[in-house]
Amino acid sequence: MEVDIGGMKITNPVMPASGAFGEGMDRVIDFNLLGALIPKSITKYPQRGNRTPRACETKGGMINSIGIQSKGIDYYLKETIPYYEQYSIPLISSISAESIDEFVEMSSIIASVTSVAALELNISCPNLKNNGQAFGMSDDITYQLVNRVRKVTDKPILVKLTPNVTDIQSIALAAERAGADSLVVANTPLAMAIDIHTRRPKIGNIMGGLSGPAIKPIIVRQIYQVHEVSQLPIIGCGGIMTADDAIEMMLAGASAVQVGTANFVSPTAMIDIIAGIQTYMEEHQLHRIDELIGGVIVMNQREEDYI
Amino acid sequence: MRDYHVTVLSNKQVSNRYWHLIVDSSDLKEAIEPGQFFNIKSTDYQTYYPLLRRPFSIYRIKEDTLEFLYKAEGAGTKQLATYKPGQKISLLGPAGVSYSIPKNCKKILLLARGVGIATLAALAQKADQMNIEIYAILSARNKDDLLATKTIEKYCTKVYCVTEEDKTSDVEHVRRMIHDLIKTHHIDAAYTCGSRRLSMLLQKITKANGITSQVALEEYMACGMGVCYSCVCDIKRQGVMQTVKSCEDGPVFPLEEVIFE
Repeated sequence: MEVDIGGMKITNPVMPASGAFGEGMDRVIDFNLLGALIPKSITKYPQRGNRTPRACETKGGMINSIGIQSKGIDYYLKETIPYYEQYSIPLISSISAESIDEFVEMSSIIASVTSVAALELNISCPNLKNNGQAFGMSDDITYQLVNRVRKVTDKPILVKLTPNVTDIQSIALAAERAGADSLVVANTPLAMAIDIHTRRPKIGNIMGGLSGPAIKPIIVRQIYQVHEVSQLPIIGCGGIMTADDAIEMMLAGASAVQVGTANFVSPTAMIDIIAGIQTYMEEHQLHRIDELIGGVIVMNQREEDYI
Repeated sequence: MRDYHVTVLSNKQVSNRYWHLIVDSSDLKEAIEPGQFFNIKSTDYQTYYPLLRRPFSIYRIKEDTLEFLYKAEGAGTKQLATYKPGQKISLLGPAGVSYSIPKNCKKILLLARGVGIATLAALAQKADQMNIEIYAILSARNKDDLLATKTIEKYCTKVYCVTEEDKTSDVEHVRRMIHDLIKTHHIDAAYTCGSRRLSMLLQKITKANGITSQVALEEYMACGMGVCYSCVCDIKRQGVMQTVKSCEDGPVFPLEEVIFE
């Protein structure tokens, strides 16, 4: 089940999605069974997050707009990282920042902590400002941002892409050219829901990110597209509820997966998914995860006919 | 806290709007306290709507059973109402901070509205075991909604019911009732659940009279285990405004700390 993510070896391909995982879950599952640990994105300064309601349920999913409620980097270095040091698996720090300079500054500080195995640059949170605008919507900015961070650390850099783009391939390539080690495909699609009786948006921040099983086909498509053009290992993220979903993303081109909303529904989801992948591999007599990655069979379907 | 798969023993409609669920809890070895909640999955894992769990405070805690009282209103609770005896159901919990009763407490006041009556019934059960005198004011739209009254009466010294139907539930009337109770009895602690208006009222009265008080808040939750930051509310603790999670830091808070907008 071992996978290599840009030089970081993980014992199995299942890890939590940042923001859908936290310390409270240690009461329910053994963290050491996961592939890696990713605490909620950290910001430089403490921030309160968005107004409530911050989440609402939709058919087959949920919309959230938390706005990265955060205790700031000092707390993170003093409390969060030491807490995760008790576990033996790689710790990936997810970073959110307001400018390229801030990304560079925070990456440099956090990457210098020995126990941090890799950085995830969250350039795709839809919930901060400007109608869901994110750094990861421009290939130029993505390139500059990743390139600048690349200069301050040798640790693996995972870049979490946004699905809210016209051409995810160009953004993926920009991140790759700039020196990223892995691409997380993807963050949440920007969404909205309205209460028809009160006529009010169901989310305090009006819009939010859609997650859950409803978005999986979009993400499978984007993984497939990114895998077509990029050599980097892909971490699939968006709508995985079961091992079957994870395997589907691997066949589309993902080397590993992140699990988010499923944790809320069943806190043991990640453990069940690991076991399910194992069972599938045995049934199909596969010896390595590599045999799954990008294994979708596309025949007699000329893409030119569709595009 | 664990994800328990327990058997439904009974799930019945007990009034126009309320349902009563009893599950076999003999597998639960953890301590379960009044004010805590369970996050219940109202569908099996293969069904993606309603997707998320729903938090329910505990109505009665017995040796081998747990009881919940809920209003079948939205998609999740309507789905929950379809469960039949013998079916398995997933309960994640117990979660959250419970009500606490101060040492040497002799008399308490309960102020509950609607489904909040169920939450305080669990507390009444515990206080009764501690030989505490309990005075309760229960508020609801109509008599049909005052269904946990019989349960709570068993534990209480005196129960007062107010309803819109009887035109007795207005805040001014309740204020006078609380004042009378405080004047007549030496109330050591007060507890509330189920109404923002009544919570604000109790906050003012207990503050003015130096009475310890607690409230169990209701917020929309997604994960119910302190991870997602959906169910936050604002409190003022030692003069500092904080945004806290009602699932993990609550749902029970000192009433004086809660900021009602």
